[in-house]
Amino acid sequence: MRVNVTVNSEQRQADDVWEGESLLFVLRERLGLPGSKNACEQGECGSCTVYLDNVPVCACLVAAGQVQDREVRTVEGLADGDTLDPVQEAFVEAGAVQCGFCTPGLVVQAHDLLDRVPNPSDPEIREALAGNLCRCTGYEKILDAVRLAASRR
Amino acid sequence: MDFLRPETLAEALELKAQRPDAVPIAGGTDVMVELNYDHRRPSALLDLTRVPELQQWSDGLRIGAGVPYVRIIDELGAELPGLAMASRTVGSPQIRNRGTVGGNLGAASPAGDTHPVLLASGAVIEVASVRGTRMIPAAEFYLGVKRNALEPDELIVAVHLTPAKGPQQFSKVGTRNAMVIAVCSFGISLFPEENRVGAAVGSAAPTPRRAHEAEQFLASALDFKNPKPLLDSVKREFGELVSRAASPIDDVRGSAAYRKHALAVMARRTLGWAWQELVDGERACA
Repeated sequence: MRVNVTVNSEQRQADDVWEGESLLFVLRERLGLPGSKNACEQGECGSCTVYLDNVPVCACLVAAGQVQDREVRTVEGLADGDTLDPVQEAFVEAGAVQCGFCTPGLVVQAHDLLDRVPNPSDPEIREALAGNLCRCTGYEKILDAVRLAASRR
Repeated sequence: MDFLRPETLAEALELKAQRPDAVPIAGGTDVMVELNYDHRRPSALLDLTRVPELQQWSDGLRIGAGVPYVRIIDELGAELPGLAMASRTVGSPQIRNRGTVGGNLGAASPAGDTHPVLLASGAVIEVASVRGTRMIPAAEFYLGVKRNALEPDELIVAVHLTPAKGPQQFSKVGTRNAMVIAVCSFGISLFPEENRVGAAVGSAAPTPRRAHEAEQFLASALDFKNPKPLLDSVKREFGELVSRAASPIDDVRGSAAYRKHALAVMARRTLGWAWQELVDGERACA
């Protein structure tokens, strides 16, 4: 089937989409947007977090056909050209990245948190990121990055 | 595979009648896992996210099957504290943004987080087909492991619940606070004006189930008119009866013996919290 969807403010079209395919597969394999990572494919790790109609979701759990005529924003759509989003910049500065695989999902999820809660408490940050797994960092630098981004907004 | 995309409830029911083998999908948090892992290859998916009738609720309360957990937590917590508490323990923020009570009912997993609350608070499930609408009490909805009372041409349309008339509590045991499937869970609802108690266990039997004996014991042991601090013996007996209502199995998440023990503990604690709310309420009025 064909899927028409707005991705990062651009009208996109994917063809030959299998009806049981996930949004994550469409983004990575058909639209050339490999920022969202494919790890668990069961919503456990949060590495594929994207905005769907402004709500963060696991792209692996959205059926491709469900995004027809909807709006998706991926990690690739956060920066303004070469200017990183403050959340991305804070991740770089705080050293919140090791292997980097979980980073895109964490960045999108943290971005949403700061949009809703400009000055989150530590428990609020932990709760918001509870569905994003990182196996390298131990999370402390990630928490630092979110606090840093919040302080700059 | 076909991807069916109805835009009204009538259209969805028509499609389900023509294609009873079509698998309904809303938040996708269960269905997509089965597809991604090749555990299921349905002949069609029936996308319910574009059916406006399923995405709303009305006073009273009739909650559309497609309302995501996050909205129940954020917007219905005052009317339905028990359901909001259970919804709060589902998966992660991303999962709660998508997952729905209708999906919990459709999957009918014995471990589904909202089931004990729906049973304890007397929810009624509204299901529909082109043949008409049926109202099924939650206690008659769960038939077996991942089996519910739906006919092949029917869809879950809404959950009917009355706004809480007394304290409600929910408790769940898992290895961490987020992203956890229940080892076992428990829901309790007090109905002071009716001298009635609702209590139900999750993930501790082939289906979620009510603890009838525990409900009856507690209803006769509690003095709703004059709520005073509870005797430990009442809490203990209630916990025992709840535990006895379960018939759990040993599995990777926990042993049957552990589940029985944990249920008794959760029943005692949640009863303590719920009852304290009444005692405090009484003091505030005096």
